[in-house]
Order: sequence, then C-alpha cells, then structure tokens
Amino acid sequence: MKKEIIVAGFGGQGILSLGKILAHAGLIEGKEVTWMPSYGPEQRGGTANVTVILSDDRISSPVLNTYDVVVILNQPSLERFESQVKPGGIIIYDGYGIHRPPTRKDVSIYRIDAMDVAIESGNSKVFNMMVLGGILKVCPIVKTESIIHSLKESLPERLHKLLPENEKAIHTGMEIIKKEE
Amino acid sequence: MSEEIKLLKGNEAIAHAAVRYGFDGYFGYPITPQSEIMETLMMLKPWETTGMVVLQAESEVAAINMVYGGAGSGKAVMTSSSSPGVSLKQEGISYLAGTELPALIVNVMRGGPGLGTIQPSQADYFQAVKGGGHGDYKLIALAPSSVQEMADFVGLGMDLAFKYRNPAIILADGIIGQMMEKVVLPPYRPRRTEAEIREQCPWALQGKPKGRKPNILTSLELSPAVMEDNNLRFQAKYREIEKNEVRYETVDCEDADYIIVAFGSIARICLKTQEMARAEGIKVGLIRPITLWPFPSQVIADYARKVKGIISVELNAGQMVEDIRLAVNGAIDVKFYGRLGGIVPTPDEVLDVIKKELVK
Repeated sequence: MKKEIIVAGFGGQGILSLGKILAHAGLIEGKEVTWMPSYGPEQRGGTANVTVILSDDRISSPVLNTYDVVVILNQPSLERFESQVKPGGIIIYDGYGIHRPPTRKDVSIYRIDAMDVAIESGNSKVFNMMVLGGILKVCPIVKTESIIHSLKESLPERLHKLLPENEKAIHTGMEIIKKEE
Repeated sequence: MSEEIKLLKGNEAIAHAAVRYGFDGYFGYPITPQSEIMETLMMLKPWETTGMVVLQAESEVAAINMVYGGAGSGKAVMTSSSSPGVSLKQEGISYLAGTELPALIVNVMRGGPGLGTIQPSQADYFQAVKGGGHGDYKLIALAPSSVQEMADFVGLGMDLAFKYRNPAIILADGIIGQMMEKVVLPPYRPRRTEAEIREQCPWALQGKPKGRKPNILTSLELSPAVMEDNNLRFQAKYREIEKNEVRYETVDCEDADYIIVAFGSIARICLKTQEMARAEGIKVGLIRPITLWPFPSQVIADYARKVKGIISVELNAGQMVEDIRLAVNGAIDVKFYGRLGGIVPTPDEVLDVIKKELVK
C-alpha cells in the first residue's frame, strides 16, 4: 500500500499542519511517511502546498509530479495540479473562489465546501480539519482514531481544549464532501 | 533514556541527535533553509539537561572560531549553516584541518552562487570535497538522503572526527532539511567527562598538569621542512581514511545495463526513476555515495566495466561527475544531468533523460 497525496492552496489555510497531522497519523500506524512542504517566498501570498506520502515500504522520492490524491483549495492550484492526478485517482476541491472547476473525466472528482461552512460558523481556523475529514472519507488511508491521536500529539497541551471542535470539524468534513458526477 | 520514534524535519533531527549523541556545544548563526537546527536546540534547552551549550554567535565567522576553541579543549562541538554562511566559515575550517581538530560542520545547501536562492541545491560539492578553504586538506563528507540519516550522521560524523582528529561535514540540502519523515532517535549517550577527555584526547588543552610538556595546538608553522612533515602526516591520515571509511549504497546494480550515480536528496528522486525504469523493462541500477569524501571510486569503477552506460544526476552544473570520471578512468563515457539554482527535477524528468542519453 502506498498513497501519494498533495494538498495545495494559499499560505495561511493550514495546509502544512493538515499534512503534518496526516503524516503523524501514518507514523502512529507504523507506516513509512514523508512530508514535503513547498517552502520559501512562495508561501507568502502565493500558493503553498505539501506532499504527503504514506507507505508500507521504504519511500523513494519526496518530490513527485503525479499523485493518487490531489486536494485543491484555490484556483491557481487547480490550474497547476489538475493534470497531475494519476488516471483513476482522486481530485478533491473546495468550491470557494473556484470559477473554472476541474474537467478531468478519468478521475473521481469530489467537492467539499468547507470554506463556506467555516465562514458561516465564524470559525475559519478548523477549515483545514474539515478538508482532512473529507480526504479521510473518500480515501481512508489512516483510521480516524489515529488522526485524533495525532491531533492530540501535535497540539501543545494548553490548546487541548480545542480538540473537540477540531474533531467535530473532521466529522463535518466527512459529511459535506460530495462526489461530482 | 532510550531510543524514540518521532516525525521530524531533517533540521530538527540534527538538533535532537546532537543532544542525544552527547555533544558539548553548538555554535551557529541563522540562515534559511537550516534555521530550525538552532531553533530546535533552543527549544530543547539541553543546557538544563545534558549541559550542552547552545549559542547564537554574532556571525558565521565567530561561530566557526568558537568551534575551533571548543574542539581545541577536546569537546564535541558543531556548527551549522547554509551555503553562503559555510563560505564564511572556510578559513576556520582550514584551521581546524591544519590543527587536526575534530568538529562537525553541517551545510544545508541552497542555490548559489552568492546569496542565491533558499531552495535546494548541491552546488557546494566541490567546496566540501575539494577544499573550500586553503591548503591541502580533506573533510570527511557525509551525504544524508533521509531524515533518519540526518540524525545518524551526527553521531557518525562526531565519531569519525574524533577517530581521525579531523573535521567532518554533513552535506545536506533544503529538501532533506525541510522534509519530515519518521526517525528513530538514538538513546542518550552521556557527554564525556573531563577525565575521559584527558584519557581519549591527550592533545586537548585542559590546563597543564605538573610534569607534562605543554600541549600546543596551532596550524602555524614557519619552518617549511616541519610544515612539509605535517602535510605528509595529514596525507598519510587521509589515505588511511580512504582505505577504511568509504560508504555507499547500491540498488539493483547486479544485473543493471545502466547506472545512475546520485547522492543526497536527488538520490531519492533517482530511486523512483530507477523503479519506474525497471517497471518499463529498462534495467537501471543506482549507486548512492554516502561518503562524498572518501569517494566510493572502486565500486563505481567495478560496475563501469559491466554496464552500457553511467549517468551522474546532481543539483548542480556537474561536480561529482568529475570524481566519477576519475574513478572510471575512461572505461566508459559518463553522462551528466543537473538542474541549477534551486530547481529540483521530478523522477520522470530524469527518466526521460535516461531514455534519451543512455538507452539508444
């Protein structure tokens, strides 16, 4: 088993933490994991992305240009990464600010309106956890318990009071993700 | 405390490993993409546990000279920086080599020359293995290609540095520094006591006991005859290191028609290329030098006689390829592919090159 995932959007959307929590959950389950961020000036204002690879065996390249799962959180990332999903793979996109949705016919496309829900609920900080919930729903690569465990270990203790709302966001994400026909 | 499994960035792994392998001091100055090394050390506060000193110096030059001082007293000391900062340290590194002092230097390379970019590069290969500073000297150069090796080579570098009284360098890059992987951290090794240092490093400056001649540590020697003797001693030591300490990894080379040679992060990318090539029925193998000096010349020369083609893939304009060409000594044409300035090729980009350049 090996999954190659990229999450791409704007800097500040919590993409790197999302990837870290996913990678750490993989570690908890005894998998090999690699978390590779885009780093540097492109994080400021421009696009940010993180590649997460989870595997039962040794992982070769941390740098990829085709993925099993591509998670897209803004229009520029859609332009850049839509073509990089493997045939038969998965595209997940948040509809917020997307004016040209994905058009690939050889992949499964899911839409998650996590940003809309985050704005309505007035809590944009758990946006990334909703997206993570969506990913887990359509690609259950790690158990939800491992993600909760990972969250607990990733958050400093003084922030553990935020665990319930993060957990809730993961479940919301699982509910609001929809397959596009 | 025992070993521990963590999800860490390469830079963070170096910091954790330095504390666990019992380093006495770290001296550095921040620069991207390796600032997490000092940041992590500051968060770990080892001065409260193992007693390790962590100090942000006023400059890279100050930091390497603090290393020189610490090493002179027999302490296990290190510094880290990225390309432009490592250039600033070269005088101090040459002095360490000339005084035969053990120390660990970490270079998390970025694109150059000059201030360049902050993205990954391997353009400091020449600087690390061919000198960098002045004089006929060698650094033991270790090239990690995983976060695990970032941690492991902190211990290996320290051990080799003390074994041979010679500075060692970890030559990593922005990819290995910034990416996170599972890493098994070693159990804590206590820092050496003053008595242990006196016993293991009789050359160290610890205050002169009665009845012993003063220890003098200097790279300055005004008599050319004595200086030549010193150099001959260094050279004899370097031959010894070349004999004992070559390290490399081979993947599927036994039946290979073509071989990729690559080190560090790009070796990981080429490993994927190698898998993709095999899946298409092209018999590709990979040789990954782990020590860049001493260079694994013999294994490369041996395979060169058996294969149809060799290519060196690097994040520079062609540096290690010169050592490969020296190793094969004309037995086969050695091809090269590189990307520059912080651009990293993808596995299938390398596969296209292999098809075009090697498989005909």
